[in-house]
Amino acid sequence: MEATTFTKQGLGIVESTALGYDQKIRALAGLAVSALPYPALSPACAAALEDRVICDMFEGNRPVSPRYVLPDYRKALHNGLTYLELDPPQDLDEALMFLTVLYGHVPSVTTYPVYVGHLDSLLEPYVPEDMSDDELDARLRRFWIMMDRLCPDGFTHANVGPRDGRVIRSIWRVERALRQTVPNLTLCVDPDVTPDDLLLDAVETTFVTAKPHYVNHPMMVEDHGGPDYGVVSCYNALNVGGGSHTLVRVNLQKAAERHEGDLESFLADALPHWVELTCELGEARIRSLVEDSGFFKSHFLVTEGLVSLDRFGAMFGIFGLAECVNTFMEREGRAEARYGLDDGANLASYRITERIAELVAARPVAYCEGFHGRMYMHSQSGIDLDLDATAGTRIPVGEEPGVREHIAAVAPHHRLFPSGISDIFAIEETVTRNPQAMVDIIKGALGYGMRDFTWNLDNNEFIRITGYLVRKSDIASFEDHGGARHSSDLLAGTAERNHSVLTRRVKVVEANPLVTAPA
Amino acid sequence: MTRSVPPPRPATPVGDPVGLATLGEVAGTIEFSCVDGPGNRFVVFLQGCNLNCLFCHNPQTIPRRGGRTTSVDDLLAKIRLAAPFLSGVTVSGGEATQQPEFLRHLFVALAEDPATQHLTRFIDTNGDAYPEVWDYLEPVFEAAMVDLKAIDNDLHRRLTGHGNERILRSIRLLAQRDRLYEVRLILAAGTNDSDEILRSTGEWLASVDPHMRIRVNTYRHHGVRRAARGLVSPTDEDRERYAARLSAIADFRIQVV
Repeated sequence: MEATTFTKQGLGIVESTALGYDQKIRALAGLAVSALPYPALSPACAAALEDRVICDMFEGNRPVSPRYVLPDYRKALHNGLTYLELDPPQDLDEALMFLTVLYGHVPSVTTYPVYVGHLDSLLEPYVPEDMSDDELDARLRRFWIMMDRLCPDGFTHANVGPRDGRVIRSIWRVERALRQTVPNLTLCVDPDVTPDDLLLDAVETTFVTAKPHYVNHPMMVEDHGGPDYGVVSCYNALNVGGGSHTLVRVNLQKAAERHEGDLESFLADALPHWVELTCELGEARIRSLVEDSGFFKSHFLVTEGLVSLDRFGAMFGIFGLAECVNTFMEREGRAEARYGLDDGANLASYRITERIAELVAARPVAYCEGFHGRMYMHSQSGIDLDLDATAGTRIPVGEEPGVREHIAAVAPHHRLFPSGISDIFAIEETVTRNPQAMVDIIKGALGYGMRDFTWNLDNNEFIRITGYLVRKSDIASFEDHGGARHSSDLLAGTAERNHSVLTRRVKVVEANPLVTAPA
Repeated sequence: MTRSVPPPRPATPVGDPVGLATLGEVAGTIEFSCVDGPGNRFVVFLQGCNLNCLFCHNPQTIPRRGGRTTSVDDLLAKIRLAAPFLSGVTVSGGEATQQPEFLRHLFVALAEDPATQHLTRFIDTNGDAYPEVWDYLEPVFEAAMVDLKAIDNDLHRRLTGHGNERILRSIRLLAQRDRLYEVRLILAAGTNDSDEILRSTGEWLASVDPHMRIRVNTYRHHGVRRAARGLVSPTDEDRERYAARLSAIADFRIQVV
């Protein structure tokens, strides 16, 4: 980086009124990392990175810690922590204090923990039978407020389910009462284990807070070799006791624009080129992290066995699939065939993602023992700076078809992305009078092969930007109020200006007016 | 709010000759509806209605002709696509019971097809059907939702063009057979929403079933004919009064929308 640019950006951070003190310190640290030398890349790889056809998510030139870390909290609670001088907790209050302290020491790319555990199954053993619901709620309420204020970031993510229990029911009550954006929340759904009544309670919670995400537990168990996976950050599924070293991604819109030819030659020639360069970029960053940063040699999470290198992988992201498909349709003289709305365009999209998955599966990458020595496929939901290109494999905002056609169009992609894929459905608020209708749709979507079903009500004060939540009022006001309290609100402000994500097409699940539905 | 969804009944052989009335006049379909019975439902609107309600919000479905002639197989193909996401199918109108043979064939087909046999089969009706029609449909449906436009026969006649004797009989008959999912009132301010009318309506409904599920639809201008524009939409205050007056009469399960 040029010294003048460094100085200019540094002063911009120091003098900002939109950043709080803590956010300034973290931003300055990020700037410092950007001044360090990048791991060695081939000229072709460096050029592709410079042109942003491939992208490193601005993680910083020199990896300091893995991007996403999923400590084995169960093991920590069971064994205690030598480094932090914490004995195994004996009751619920001690367990909540133990986790609070530990969260403060879990690194990630956001500098806050992106995974806070499967909180219902972690905490259930500490809830005595004679503790009333009110006592339980009061404790979880304080814990929830603590998470939001100490980890003020929409990527801080808790998991619950698939089983019913007292803690998960209390979490729904606390969520509805507090209406916080933190933590992000995923409900693991297993149709054989998760009762409808629990899903109804979850749906009533989503009506109020736009949380949780609903994920396909049997599909995750199958792809991750068992139930020890966690959904973290936006909707990234990774091994508990491991995580992801890095996330690199291909801009399929740019890849298509740079390819002079049809879809067949894109699949045969262009994709292998970009996939190889992306894997090279990922591998260079992984080697720097694992071999040079010292994280895997000395961090207490490693030395005390709460994460291990062989549970780590790395994520291969794609985005801009919609624009990529539409580009090739236009070249075939079928400009009217739009991704998400046309069967031919949809079939082309499946060929593209299947080809990428095949290429990624054929390319060994160092230190990815957590996933067969290969990178995880990930449908990357975008960052605040993306212009034009649609998130991941999503249908462009405003062009989405009806709910069923939408699910039918995107579901075939879901099996290909074990580390996460999401499509967001904005549902008309009439459905609040009939929560069972939402349960039907969620179960139907997961049964149809969706890995993740994420939805929120239109007119909800909460909105999902890429996969994390913000309150509309927080985005609207932070520049006038001396700093956004959540660091993710800053990203959301830019994403909204660049993407109009607040105007997502609303899905009507209603009977009238009849005139809109000819036979 | 009732949350349990009744399980579909097993298909009961009805012995109709194959091919009879497998064509119907269909005004439209909606793949996903959350306002036509329990859970998410596919809704079939049949063309043609025997009443002529002033405040009908789908007046184009009243004439016998004007829909699209549609086969059971065509409808079944559409419903199969949506079936994984549904609790059931509701046939509405127009008036569903005006095409009983078609309705019965559709429901038999739904009950027999492996892709749709998990779906409950509901009828959304104005109730103006002879007991013989309910007998004929008895083996093929789970429950009905019945509209009641006015408890007073004269007022009913003024609002719909017909008396309400058959409708009241249908409500009682369906309740006796445990096939009544809910009764729907549609109230317009100053027309059929006085305390006196609410009391007589509530008392009669309580005599049928004191735990009845009642949905109060409030009149809205949306979609109605010009003749109905003089009707007045109830206020939030009115809505609260409806719920309060009806609740005072019996332990109804009331939803005011």
